[in-house]
Amino acid sequence: MSVDVLAAGRARRALRRRGALTTLAVLVLGTFLVTLMVGQTFYPPLDVLRVIAGETVPGASFTVGELRLPRAMLAVLAGAAFALGGVTFQTMLRNPLASPDIIGITHGASAAAVFGITVLSVSGALISFVAVVAALATAMLIYVLSFKDGVVGTRLILIGIGIAAMLQSVVSYLLVRAATWDLPAAMRWITGSLNGATWSEVVTLLAAVIAFGVLLLSQSRRLDLLQLGDDTASALGVRVERTRVLVIIAAVGLIAFATAAAGPIAFVAFLSGPIAARLVGPTGSLLVPAALVGALLVLVADLAGQFALGARYPVGVVTGVLGAPYLVYLLIRTNRAGGSL
Amino acid sequence: MTATHSLHTEQLSLAYGDRTVVDHLDLTIPTGKITTIVGANACGKSTLLRAMSRLMAPSSGQVVLDGKDLHRLPTKEVARTLGLLPQSPIAPEGIAVADLVGRGRHPHQKVFARWSAEDEAAVLAALEATDTVALADRAVDELSGGQRQRVWIAMALAQQTDLLFLDEPTTFLDVSHQVEVLDLLTDLNRERGTTIVMVLHDLNLAARYADHLIAVAAGRLHAAGDPVNVLTEATVRDVFGLESQIMVDPTSGKPMMLPIGRHHARASDTAPVS
Ligand SMILES: Nc1ncnc2c1ncn2[C@@H]1O[C@H](COP(=O)(O)OP(=O)(O)O)[C@@H](O)[C@H]1O
Ligand SMILES: [Mg+2]
Repeated sequence: MSVDVLAAGRARRALRRRGALTTLAVLVLGTFLVTLMVGQTFYPPLDVLRVIAGETVPGASFTVGELRLPRAMLAVLAGAAFALGGVTFQTMLRNPLASPDIIGITHGASAAAVFGITVLSVSGALISFVAVVAALATAMLIYVLSFKDGVVGTRLILIGIGIAAMLQSVVSYLLVRAATWDLPAAMRWITGSLNGATWSEVVTLLAAVIAFGVLLLSQSRRLDLLQLGDDTASALGVRVERTRVLVIIAAVGLIAFATAAAGPIAFVAFLSGPIAARLVGPTGSLLVPAALVGALLVLVADLAGQFALGARYPVGVVTGVLGAPYLVYLLIRTNRAGGSL
Repeated sequence: MTATHSLHTEQLSLAYGDRTVVDHLDLTIPTGKITTIVGANACGKSTLLRAMSRLMAPSSGQVVLDGKDLHRLPTKEVARTLGLLPQSPIAPEGIAVADLVGRGRHPHQKVFARWSAEDEAAVLAALEATDTVALADRAVDELSGGQRQRVWIAMALAQQTDLLFLDEPTTFLDVSHQVEVLDLLTDLNRERGTTIVMVLHDLNLAARYADHLIAVAAGRLHAAGDPVNVLTEATVRDVFGLESQIMVDPTSGKPMMLPIGRHHARASDTAPVS
């Protein structure tokens, strides 16, 4: 037995991972281009590429450059941001249910935005700002409520699910009371939608994804070690509390900005990590694979919502339909395993 | 590896919230020896082990590693000197044995460094020492309890520390696997001079495998030293509240404890071997 045999096994696992990553990247790129091509007017790939390269193409320059491109970019960025935030929480708390869209963080953003729109009648960038602050505040509230000699996953999840339910009823109450003309703006904060994506939203989200993404990636190895349990991780030289705080800041930041830009696109945070894990296998960090899956999910769901289903549905409705059965499956499996999460 | 590190505690107190679990404990871990810690359930053994491996800060007193306060040393530096296998470690779903053991290399890796030949050699050595080379590509969650425990020990070995702490490494193992794990740890101690400290709940195995036996009762040191002097009927009575008979293990010459219990009075004519 020699080092070569070990290296061979490692190489085999790395190969599978690389294959899955390449496939995902190609799919994201391909779907991205298709999103730019199709619509009321079809533009061939060459026109689309010329617009991206900065050339002026009559018709395409406006439709592709000003309407479809920001929408597609927003899909990629929001998908990646939700996925990164979700997989971070799932990894850290070692539980697929521990996703920010299950434990109330995105609900905090929605409830605050709907309150702002329907009660305070504010709009635009201010609403986005309120949503970011509310997501952070909700995360802190959940953390504080579940803190008792450190944070235990199960307690945090249960408290989070409770808070999510409360916030959801707040939203329902606000909608019932809301003036009819406020409803379209409010709906976006409930289902998540890419309609009316603008370049300024894209730029803001891009900056957030870069800043928080770099922070998260710098902690990626430590995040993986947290999976072994706090004691093992610290015995291996990880400063557990510090890592946890940094990683939570990054994840909540990503979720908050993505929600502000596109609304709480249902279940992207929740689904991307588990799908990525199936695809790349159990080796290496899930951050990048999950980000690609998230981007792909949102791109595909938005395409389907716009063109495949007869009527036009916001992207969040499509991802919601995809995610709900998986949530039910997880809950059933959890229940079978004896009720402990 | 040269086992030259020294570790002791000075008036160490440990608490969860305002509940004190370990109270003013002075303890010296003999370098290059096997130390086992015994005591009743919930008396603070795991807590003590966690504090001695820097996982928990003392409420007062200190743990001293090589003359320095353990809690002021950098985390990674400590992790290169001192390894801990907790009572119930968690394996990520589906992880391969080689990858899990590779995680033990973390304290030796630079922030953005790639997997090195040195890392690979350390993992192979750890797998060989624990006889788990053949399992390298298997998923940890598919293994039997005994195999899995050896893999966890391999992870701790890949960390290449001079001190190795293990919290009940034989729990959930049948008796032959218990002995197998303890033999493996003894090999490690004899061949590399690794200082081993472990909590064991089986008093007889603890006495058999220990150079140094520590009996803890309610967070205080009850007795420490050569098992022959520590494992006595008085110790068992004080620490476990149990009447017992101490015999000499014919194989090893170490003391051996037989519990008496309420239904079996001591037969007056069978005097303990002395
Ligand atoms: N994380 C914790 N928070 C609060 N109390 C704890 C914690 N861990 C252990 N304890 C308490 O400390 C005491 C000692 O526990 P422990 O060190 O695990 O005992 P042992 O390992 O000897 O069985 C027990 O009463 C236990 O309930
Ligand atoms: Mg214990």
